[in-house]
Amino acid sequence: METIEDRQKEVIEEFSLFEDWMQRYEHMIELGKSLPLISKKHKTEDNIIKGCQSKVWIHAALEKDQLVFTADSDAIITKGIIAILIRVFSNQHPKAILNSNTNFIDQIGLKEHLSPTRANGLVSMIKQIKMYAVAYQTQLN
Amino acid sequence: MFDINKIRSDFPILSRKVNGQPLIYFDNAATSQTPNQVIDVITDYYTRLNSNIHRGVHKLSQEATEAYEGARKKIQQHFNAAHTHEIIFTAGTTESINLIASGYSSMLKKGDELVISALEHHSNIVPWQMLCEKTGAELKVIPMTQKGTLDINILDSILGNKTRLVFVNHVSNALGTVNPIKEIIAKAHNVKAEVLIDGAQACPHIKADLQSLDVDYYVTSAHKLCGPTGVGMLYGKEALLNKLPPYQGGGEMIATVTFEKTTYADLPHKFEAGTPNISGGIAFGAALDYMNDIGFEAISAYEAELLDYATNALKELPGLKIYGEAPEKTAVISFNIEGIHPYDIGSILDQMGIAVRTGHHCAQPIMDYFEIPGTIRASFSFYNTKEEVDRLVEGLRKAMKMLQ
Repeated sequence: METIEDRQKEVIEEFSLFEDWMQRYEHMIELGKSLPLISKKHKTEDNIIKGCQSKVWIHAALEKDQLVFTADSDAIITKGIIAILIRVFSNQHPKAILNSNTNFIDQIGLKEHLSPTRANGLVSMIKQIKMYAVAYQTQLN
Repeated sequence: MFDINKIRSDFPILSRKVNGQPLIYFDNAATSQTPNQVIDVITDYYTRLNSNIHRGVHKLSQEATEAYEGARKKIQQHFNAAHTHEIIFTAGTTESINLIASGYSSMLKKGDELVISALEHHSNIVPWQMLCEKTGAELKVIPMTQKGTLDINILDSILGNKTRLVFVNHVSNALGTVNPIKEIIAKAHNVKAEVLIDGAQACPHIKADLQSLDVDYYVTSAHKLCGPTGVGMLYGKEALLNKLPPYQGGGEMIATVTFEKTTYADLPHKFEAGTPNISGGIAFGAALDYMNDIGFEAISAYEAELLDYATNALKELPGLKIYGEAPEKTAVISFNIEGIHPYDIGSILDQMGIAVRTGHHCAQPIMDYFEIPGTIRASFSFYNTKEEVDRLVEGLRKAMKMLQ
């Protein structure tokens, strides 16, 4: 099975092909279109992640000991960012998610999105993904 | 003479590159940039003058005190206040508003009414809500119109003998609307209410004449008009400030202290507890000098032309809608492009070195009124150019192509 690290390497390799920011952003916009969308039922006010300029919803469900994430956002670039996160973290064991790091974000030229002033909530999204992992890990124990 | 090249050369940050592109700074309503003339004053203060003011008998303290009090004088003259001691140095607009709100908390009673406008920044909403919770006073709102102006006709029915205070911004930060404050002040005074005007967004564009406005309180921040952050002013009429209880206790603000009783210092020191932002205060004065040397008439004329040019250029873009079309507005354009989230546009413009603001601009009630999550706000200053506006338009076209 592909580990989180394998997937991060894949993403880094994919992004290393781009020569400039425009290609990078165009790719992110494309990725946003393939985001596994959150079901209407879970797209509630409660599931909105605070601290984002755009609205972001993330939902997690446990399937055969693996966390499966779905999400949505009203901004396209934000959607692209979540799509990358989900590609890396979805269908993984909660423990693997908890033990992972997110250094790959620096390496794909998205470091500026981690800055607190960006208010796109990348940090909040990662936190939310980890929170789900904590919650389901406790359940599995 | 208004020499744009000379002016631009005064601002070192304008030659900076961002993401490999020359910076285009269109977020002036959030904070303005700082010219060498102001930066030099701050450097000079720490190089030659640094000492604590008002207390020392030594030379440095005397010189620093003179510079600081000189700045207060400049502020008084700039805004045409009647007395220098009516100018209180604060940390900025927000602190000034909180100082007033805190003072009124002991002077209001249940049933009193406070009036604010629908165009306010959160900093001119939240302190009053807190004050209402504390005192049982009620908050009333002057509504806005689709054009982004205040519905001033309704004002007469909102004001009454229960109205104690009226708070309105001189210029809306989200839309740039210049509010008819002279009329509002006169109407409020008719019912014996006092008026606080938030001048944070007006001060870089309009030179307010406080005596002619007959305003009771006027507040602003230095960093909006080429000064440093962390310093601002509260103007209040002498009689009102004398009645207002002190905000913070501490050094500087006392006359005598015993364990039984403390008597407070006279204005302005009564409201200036602790060691102030001395270099900031002096630099605030230098910023006013800088802008007055260029001249507010020249600045207004230049900015009006820039606003016109930008408004027409932006309107050419398909699906672009401008929010706030008041007949009188400062050089601010708040807009959206159909089907695109403002955040996406802002992110892409940033990659091109163009700084705009996206979001609700700390004015959520305005966004709710228009039923939008936020806008893109380009706010211009006298150091911006038409060429920069052209690059914004070109940047927007590129962003639209990527995002649609």
